[in-house]
Amino acid sequence: MVSEAETSRQRPELHIDHPTAGGLLIKLAGSWTLKNNPPAVDQVLQQLAGNTTIQRVSFDGRDIANWDSGLLIFLIRLQDQCQQRGIDLDLDGLPEGVHKLLDLAAAVPAKEDTGRHGELPPLLARIGSATLDFVQGIPEMLHFIGEVAIACGRLLRGKAQFRRADLLLFIQAAGPEALPIVTLISFLVGLIVAYMGAVQLAQFGAQIYIANLVGIGMVREMGALMTGIIMAGRTGAAFAAQLGTMQVNEEIDAFRTLGIQPMEFLVLPRILALVLIMPLLTLYSDLVGILAGMFVANATFDVGTFEYYHQTIASLHLHDVAVGLVNGTVYGVLIAIAGCLRGMQCGRSASAVGEATTSAVVTSIVFIVVSSSLLTIVFQKLGV
Amino acid sequence: MNTAARQQPRSEAHITVQDLTMAFGDFVIQRNLDFTINRGEIFIIMGGSGCGKSTLLRHLVGLKAPAKGKVFYDELSFWDADPDEQEQVKRGFGMLFQSGALWSSLTLAENIALPLGEYTSLSPAGISEVVDLKLALVGLAGFGEFYPSEISGGMQKRAGLARAMALDPGILFFDEPSAGLDPISSRRLDDLILELRDSLGATIVVVTHELASIFTIGDNSVFLDPETRTMIATGDPNRLRTDSSDPKVRAFLNRGEI
Repeated sequence: MVSEAETSRQRPELHIDHPTAGGLLIKLAGSWTLKNNPPAVDQVLQQLAGNTTIQRVSFDGRDIANWDSGLLIFLIRLQDQCQQRGIDLDLDGLPEGVHKLLDLAAAVPAKEDTGRHGELPPLLARIGSATLDFVQGIPEMLHFIGEVAIACGRLLRGKAQFRRADLLLFIQAAGPEALPIVTLISFLVGLIVAYMGAVQLAQFGAQIYIANLVGIGMVREMGALMTGIIMAGRTGAAFAAQLGTMQVNEEIDAFRTLGIQPMEFLVLPRILALVLIMPLLTLYSDLVGILAGMFVANATFDVGTFEYYHQTIASLHLHDVAVGLVNGTVYGVLIAIAGCLRGMQCGRSASAVGEATTSAVVTSIVFIVVSSSLLTIVFQKLGV
Repeated sequence: MNTAARQQPRSEAHITVQDLTMAFGDFVIQRNLDFTINRGEIFIIMGGSGCGKSTLLRHLVGLKAPAKGKVFYDELSFWDADPDEQEQVKRGFGMLFQSGALWSSLTLAENIALPLGEYTSLSPAGISEVVDLKLALVGLAGFGEFYPSEISGGMQKRAGLARAMALDPGILFFDEPSAGLDPISSRRLDDLILELRDSLGATIVVVTHELASIFTIGDNSVFLDPETRTMIATGDPNRLRTDSSDPKVRAFLNRGEI
């Protein structure tokens, strides 16, 4: 008996014989496995091309030591060629398993006209279809916002179906658990604003105005903006991934079949949580930023702590705080909507969840920047 | 897989499990498992829900290390071997996961081509021929450009089988192959499993509790009991059905009617 190691080393071999005038006998020997790179059909094809009287090809496979898909592929190629030339292919001389597998492979006809050609459409066509996709996305988005509005209406009438525990959980995840990152970013932003401003102000001895710069900058704009961007990456992405995975597992369909509106049960508590938590986080971010400014002014530019405190109080008006809070709340709504929208639109595969998450963050940041500009113009017109 | 192997007597041990204990931390799922899977055999792992069938399969394919005991492939003790040897053994495995476990970001053709590209020296054209062959074998010819999410669950399962067969493995593992399939597809899958064993001489290990399937394809089996946490029977399921001394095994194999 030959051991497996020895047989696998035997080269696959092919000999061609002409036992009769119209016939071709192919003798196969050795190990016909993919690993051993079996010979190509070219040699046989040359024989067929050189001798047009051949009507029949048969095999002698007694010396085949072992075989796998390598042999099958050789035979399938040959089968194709013989069919084109109208030559009979007689597989009787081959191991029995070969017949069965070839029959099995031919049992179900190939699906044709699948509409797939695998080639990329031209650039213009791709730009066009991307644009159309974008345009078609707008009504979808409006539809979603409408549904959110209806769900909010039901909430106000006390009819919305969702679990209070879920809401608290989302509040915890979006609020207290976000404090470390919000602290870090706000402190650094406060530090940067203070330092950049102070270097200029110190040139004419106006270091005390660091307090105005940092206070107004953080409270009106930067606090809300930084918190918004953190929450887009942190919580908006999480919403999209959660809802997307639920979509993949058909959990959202399970809610629908039970008559529970996913809009109310899943989306509403997430939006509520973010809307409730964003103004608080914004306020917190403002405070941390101002503290960072105070630290810079105190440590580097000899401005006293109380001096800085009084200057900040004097420069800030209540409407500045209100502007910041409005900004923050609007960003919260937009982030939650973008996250939930992309999550609910998610396809049914792992890569779709990734796309949904990416798209949620990108959409949130675009929303934040656009709304920030619009709000600035509105506040300007209102004179606050 | 090869004719030389097929000419050898059926009784040659391919996988040997010795005194295996499976546990998650301190929680023992099954203990004292001792059985042998012979070359070219279709071996059924059966038992009630939650008895550790799939966990046993994960031990056999090297996804989870045993708490105690050994698993031999031919003469090699898998968990005592060095990582290179383990990789070598694993390359001879093909596994069909319960829900197909196709990579969703790749098309069916790319799913099957991936192991071929990693582990063979085939040219891209050669790979695509192998891919077409494997897809044709499971009745999915022409579906190469589809993504897993675009085809039905039964088709995903068959595509998973095509991927499992990509490297012409010597041992094929099936986790609940007929779960979620209609009776006809499930029957066709059984036929395909028998065909693969007969033509390619592969050793096949199947986790299932589909009785029709067990009796049609099973040569040998092991029955895991969730209560005593050990195996309570092993042997040809057709014989166990009537001859087993354990009433639990007879009840299982006769759908509760003894």
